[in-house]
Amino acid sequence: MTSKLVGVFRGSTLLRSLAIVLVAGVVLIVVTDSVSSYRNLQIAYGAYYFCVLAGLTVLAGASGQISLGQGAFMAVGGYTFAKLNASPVGWSVFPSLSGAVAASILIGIPVGVAASRLRGPYLAGATLAFAVGLPALADKFPAFFGGENGLIVNPPIAPPWLGANFQLERWEAWVACAGALVVVFVLYNLTHSAVGRSWRAVRDGEIAASLSGLRVGRQQALAFTISASCAGLGGGLLAAVTQVASPGAFPLQLSLTLLAGVVIGGLGSLAGAVWGAALLVFLPNWTTDIAGSFSLSSNVSHNLPIAVYGLVLIVAMLVWPSGIQGGVRVIKRGAGSAIRSRRGRGSAEPATAASEATEPIADEEMNASHP
Amino acid sequence: MTKFIDLTLNGISTGAIYAAVALALVLIWRSTRIVNFAQGAMLMITTFIASAVINSSGSYVLGFVVALASGLVLGAIVERVAVRPVENAPPLNAVIMTLGLYTLLVAVAGMIWGNTPRSFPAAFSLRGYRVGATNLLFTPNDTFTVLVVIAVAVALAVLFRGTSLGLRMRAAAFAPEVARLLGVRVGRMLTVGWALAAACGAMAGVLVAPSVFLGPNSFDPILIIGFVAAVLGGLDSPPGAVIGGVVLGLALSYVSGYEGSALVPLAALVILVIVLMIRPTGLFSATKERRV
Repeated sequence: MTSKLVGVFRGSTLLRSLAIVLVAGVVLIVVTDSVSSYRNLQIAYGAYYFCVLAGLTVLAGASGQISLGQGAFMAVGGYTFAKLNASPVGWSVFPSLSGAVAASILIGIPVGVAASRLRGPYLAGATLAFAVGLPALADKFPAFFGGENGLIVNPPIAPPWLGANFQLERWEAWVACAGALVVVFVLYNLTHSAVGRSWRAVRDGEIAASLSGLRVGRQQALAFTISASCAGLGGGLLAAVTQVASPGAFPLQLSLTLLAGVVIGGLGSLAGAVWGAALLVFLPNWTTDIAGSFSLSSNVSHNLPIAVYGLVLIVAMLVWPSGIQGGVRVIKRGAGSAIRSRRGRGSAEPATAASEATEPIADEEMNASHP
Repeated sequence: MTKFIDLTLNGISTGAIYAAVALALVLIWRSTRIVNFAQGAMLMITTFIASAVINSSGSYVLGFVVALASGLVLGAIVERVAVRPVENAPPLNAVIMTLGLYTLLVAVAGMIWGNTPRSFPAAFSLRGYRVGATNLLFTPNDTFTVLVVIAVAVALAVLFRGTSLGLRMRAAAFAPEVARLLGVRVGRMLTVGWALAAACGAMAGVLVAPSVFLGPNSFDPILIIGFVAAVLGGLDSPPGAVIGGVVLGLALSYVSGYEGSALVPLAALVILVIVLMIRPTGLFSATKERRV
């Protein structure tokens, strides 16, 4: 009976993804119920970072493209959310978030089509110019976008059936986590379907992929647009949680920080995006604590997180391009082979952790460092 | 009409600076096939060093020389320590590496010198030339800037075309295996290329600092615009980089003058996208159909 059930889950990507979402949802409800409102706010931050990182990691890992413009797509989502949520339109949270996703898809399609014609450093430079150029619109039309101060967003109101004393922060965490779970569901199914296989085929050999009948440019544009929509959702959630959409919330540094997040988590891995999101939320706190305990100057403590992001990128490229999730995989496989060898079957496959680390990582796990 | 002349003159002097940054990017691209996204941060560090020297010694010339020297050293160190390991890796690794360097250098500069932009002295007067009754938007310092950039561009051309070192560097970049067989120290040539590029960038930093002020993030737009200029000229071609820089300087000066300075980054983006869509190898590139 149980083996039959396991077989069904192995066979159906949809059921597996639903199970992951369900379990994660229950865990998040339990966790948000038991922690303080400050922790709930941190969970909300982590959830919107996760949305963006998941989109970026699938883009870099599965289709082999890079985007330094995710911060700009977050700005598109954030500003759209703020506009739809505010008085003339006055939509509630979830319709406004859908609007944010729709807007980032609308912007993402032309950018994605342009990006599909560019490779490597050209793509990186063009998306970098996008990240710097787009927020300038907020300065150009201050009446519409609120200029430097940006747009103020009303705090999301919890529905009445949750009770009158339901905390704002807890509701924000729920909203953000709901967005993150939608992203998990969509991306998990996409990457484990024909779409994901087409992306990986395009990543590994464009000519071979087009010989097999794949439209290379179209696949890359699709991957780019989907990652843009994830960033738009993340930006909308950012606006909902922080209650402001301003140019200062989406600086160039944000796009580079996001890159650090996906690299440390492990390019191409959705689980790695969780690690990356946790890093982006907790690192500024840790470095502030460290700076406080060593009584470093404000210049140093203010810049310490950024320095760590930079170091993470450099060190990861020098010694450990597969990130945290790559390490987890190595440990998992090491444990697996240890169990097998205890059963007496392991002598045939003497895999050590070191050789696992240098092995090309399996197709499904999508490592962009070896495209 | 006066405004148009002013904007044209202003475009030429800013274009000279973009040309210098584009030259630095092109030098590195030619030698190692890497776009150095850390260039803006590297020239920011050397400009801070120049500022410290000028403040303590009171000599602009000494500060300028120290900036160039520290650029040479910084470029060589960066190439040896950080770039060498990713040179033969997939292009994405090099992109991430240089962005990591950018992030780290910006943070370090913020730690040492703070994030508040400070003023930086100019070599010559910042008061425009007087023609008849009007002050032109072109200053003796702008003349200095343009002349220095021209001198450096000519010097680089002479170095690459007329000297043995330049020949060896071109050989190392063009056909590393063959060059190595013929006794060229390819690794050393790449280091020299990075050092020269960083010195070129350091010069651009000192020249532009009086007009943008000096802070850890002051030079981000210049790097983006320099990249656009380099792509405009074809990443492979030093003369293209210079022409691309001046063309872009003029275009952005008109945009800034007639439509407002807020649109400058957006205009640079639009120009970049148009160029990449119509002619991805750049307007002046000799190589055709190189897969990037």
